[in-house]
Amino acid sequence: MAAATAMAALVPGQASEARDTSYVEAPLRAFAAITMVWGVVGFLVGVVIAAQLAFPLLNLDLEWTTFGRLRPLHTSAVIFAFGGNALLCTSLYIVQRTCHARLFGGDDAIWFLFWGYQFFIVMAALGYVLGITQSKEYAEPEWYVDIWLTIVWVAYLVVFVGTIMKRREPHIYVANWFFLAFIITVAVLHVGNNISIPVSFSSSASYSAPAGVQGAMIQWWYGHNAVGFFLTAGFLGMMYYFIPKQADRPIYSYRLSIVHFWTLIFLYIWAGPHHLHYTALPDWAQTLGMVFSIILWMPSWGGMINGLMTLSGAWDKLRTNAALRFSVVAVGFYAMATFEGPLMSIKAVNGLSHYTDWTIGHVHSGALGWNGFITFGAMYYLFPALWKKTSMWSEKLIAWHFWLATLGIVLYITAMWVSGIMQGLMWRAYDELGFLQYSFVETVEAMHPYYVIRMLGGLLYLTGALIMCFNLWKTVTVSETAIVAPAASAIPVAAE
Amino acid sequence: MPTKIEKDSVTGQETTGHVWDGIRELNNPLPSWWLWTFYACIAFGLAWMLIYPSLPGWRGTSGWIAREAVVADVAAAQAANAPMMARLRDATPAQIAADPDMRAFALAGGRGAFANNCAACHGAGGQGAQGGFPALVDDDWLWGGSLDAIQHTIRHGIRNTEDDDARTSLMPRFGADGMLTNAQISDVAEHVLSMVGRSTDAAAAARGQVLYAENCAACHGDRGEGNREIGAPRLSDQVWLHGGSKPEIMAMIRNPRLGVMPSWQGRLDPAIVNMLTVYVHALGGGE
Repeated sequence: MAAATAMAALVPGQASEARDTSYVEAPLRAFAAITMVWGVVGFLVGVVIAAQLAFPLLNLDLEWTTFGRLRPLHTSAVIFAFGGNALLCTSLYIVQRTCHARLFGGDDAIWFLFWGYQFFIVMAALGYVLGITQSKEYAEPEWYVDIWLTIVWVAYLVVFVGTIMKRREPHIYVANWFFLAFIITVAVLHVGNNISIPVSFSSSASYSAPAGVQGAMIQWWYGHNAVGFFLTAGFLGMMYYFIPKQADRPIYSYRLSIVHFWTLIFLYIWAGPHHLHYTALPDWAQTLGMVFSIILWMPSWGGMINGLMTLSGAWDKLRTNAALRFSVVAVGFYAMATFEGPLMSIKAVNGLSHYTDWTIGHVHSGALGWNGFITFGAMYYLFPALWKKTSMWSEKLIAWHFWLATLGIVLYITAMWVSGIMQGLMWRAYDELGFLQYSFVETVEAMHPYYVIRMLGGLLYLTGALIMCFNLWKTVTVSETAIVAPAASAIPVAAE
Repeated sequence: MPTKIEKDSVTGQETTGHVWDGIRELNNPLPSWWLWTFYACIAFGLAWMLIYPSLPGWRGTSGWIAREAVVADVAAAQAANAPMMARLRDATPAQIAADPDMRAFALAGGRGAFANNCAACHGAGGQGAQGGFPALVDDDWLWGGSLDAIQHTIRHGIRNTEDDDARTSLMPRFGADGMLTNAQISDVAEHVLSMVGRSTDAAAAARGQVLYAENCAACHGDRGEGNREIGAPRLSDQVWLHGGSKPEIMAMIRNPRLGVMPSWQGRLDPAIVNMLTVYVHALGGGE
């Protein structure tokens, strides 16, 4: 409430004009850099655990390096460290420019967000490796880390809303709708799924408040909307800024953006039960989860249409602008993953796909293709913009990154499709006498070659990211400084 | 307020007049294929909700319930196999092995039952595993490799506390209980190695032979031939359950590790025990 009052004091016109003439940029440079650092860490751990699945000896027989501990390290590193920092970076960059207002709270608030968020990541990661976990997928950190993240996240909300409230534009840009939906919903999800009672104040362990099927339902309400609001809504916000910027074209349809925004956020929140098909969850809840998932297909594709159609009149730029190629192919993978998702939510399909590698392949076509590529596209735009450079150091290396990463994804997801569908079919194969045809270990053995292919795909993706880091480093240290440097971070005075 | 509505030079479409950091928006309508597909998905969803349980208390027009469906599937599968299962339950393993129909059924079902219940210790192919899990594919049997012996072992298990008929025997802890000194244990181990020509110290082996005769021969036999009645392993072959190096042999004399196996008769249908018996017997070493 106090924060709201403070914000109310900063409505347009009442803000101090003297302190409000330039955008906050230094902490955003830190966010951009750390995004790439965590990205490489996350991809690397991913390659390591992919290798462990193919060659189990690589868990080194040490408790800290077993698959069970490194797997949450990988998922959290890519989703929350790489993706989270990318979202913080881009949302804070975009909200200032599309509101023509300096970030609420200024540099100090953003530095708090930066260090607070990195502290959360390090605390969570340390916990995973040491075996401290509450065993909820994508919500593994224990209560003390959850409380800290809540504080940082509320500060993020205050900064974001505060900036929107003091905007000098009459309307709120669509990217900011998506970012705001992402920030608010993630706060609700995070708090809702982490209600627990610590064993004691000196203990890292806690007991979850809901148990049994209720606990599972809340976990997947959280889990699916971590996908829906963290990895979809937030990254759509990114797309709505960087694609029109890179293509230098207007957004295709304002009306579509309104309709698909509201339908997306209304429908997503109900889709979680499709993670619990054929479980103890009551049939009616499973059916509802499936139905909402299917209706969600077109609202998801609304973003794809607005992303791709924005290029009409500028398709030729794909030939020359490799960063735009990343952003556009990201939208393609987004379309593929958001078609595959509703398909897999259909109970009959899910009966085959659930618990198999198909799910892993689905997640990675979204994560590597959509979240990864849209972030790469954004970072190739942001690094020159934030460091005041005329362009990236090497367009050629961007192209190399693009093709390596694309090939990596293709290897990854095709290997997982084949492996997952084969696995599902082997599990349900009966011989003519009615006996199961394969034992579990035979399915594992059959998947081995695909695990190796998946590992190679991951390795290509990691190699691409390392090339990107090298290119970004060269851009920051070597590239020509833009002549317009002083003006670029100044806020335009008249916005109407 | 849209104040600067323009016409896009490429598409001829009007903008909304909003400008954010240089980004404009066109005022295109919703693509009709998009809208109609959206409506179709909603219609599909509503129809699905009508047919299946979809709200608290609404069981759907189809009457389909996941739990009932799986119960029916399981019952149908069981009914299909019921006559053969009944025959297998009442037959002896020898009768099953002699009847082509029953034998084929037992081998097919035994394979799956083995993978689900036995492979964790004995390996996926019955090849055994390090740490004292015997191989079942060879002809070296601790408790006997005839159909009846295998059936008894599966039914009752080994050295468990849950089955009074479990096979059991106890090797003394010669070292841990102070019955032999470390030097004596070393000599006995040297003698055991000499049985398969691997001794490197003839004098020690000779001393060990005396100790062996006094302490070990009663169970393992004068020449290390073993005794299946009490599960005493043959020592004169090259098959070692707990390792055949001298330190490993000494460790077994000092403080033996005694393998256990659960009793399966309460866990598995008698027909499945019979199927497993025939399956294991057929793995390669059946007698």
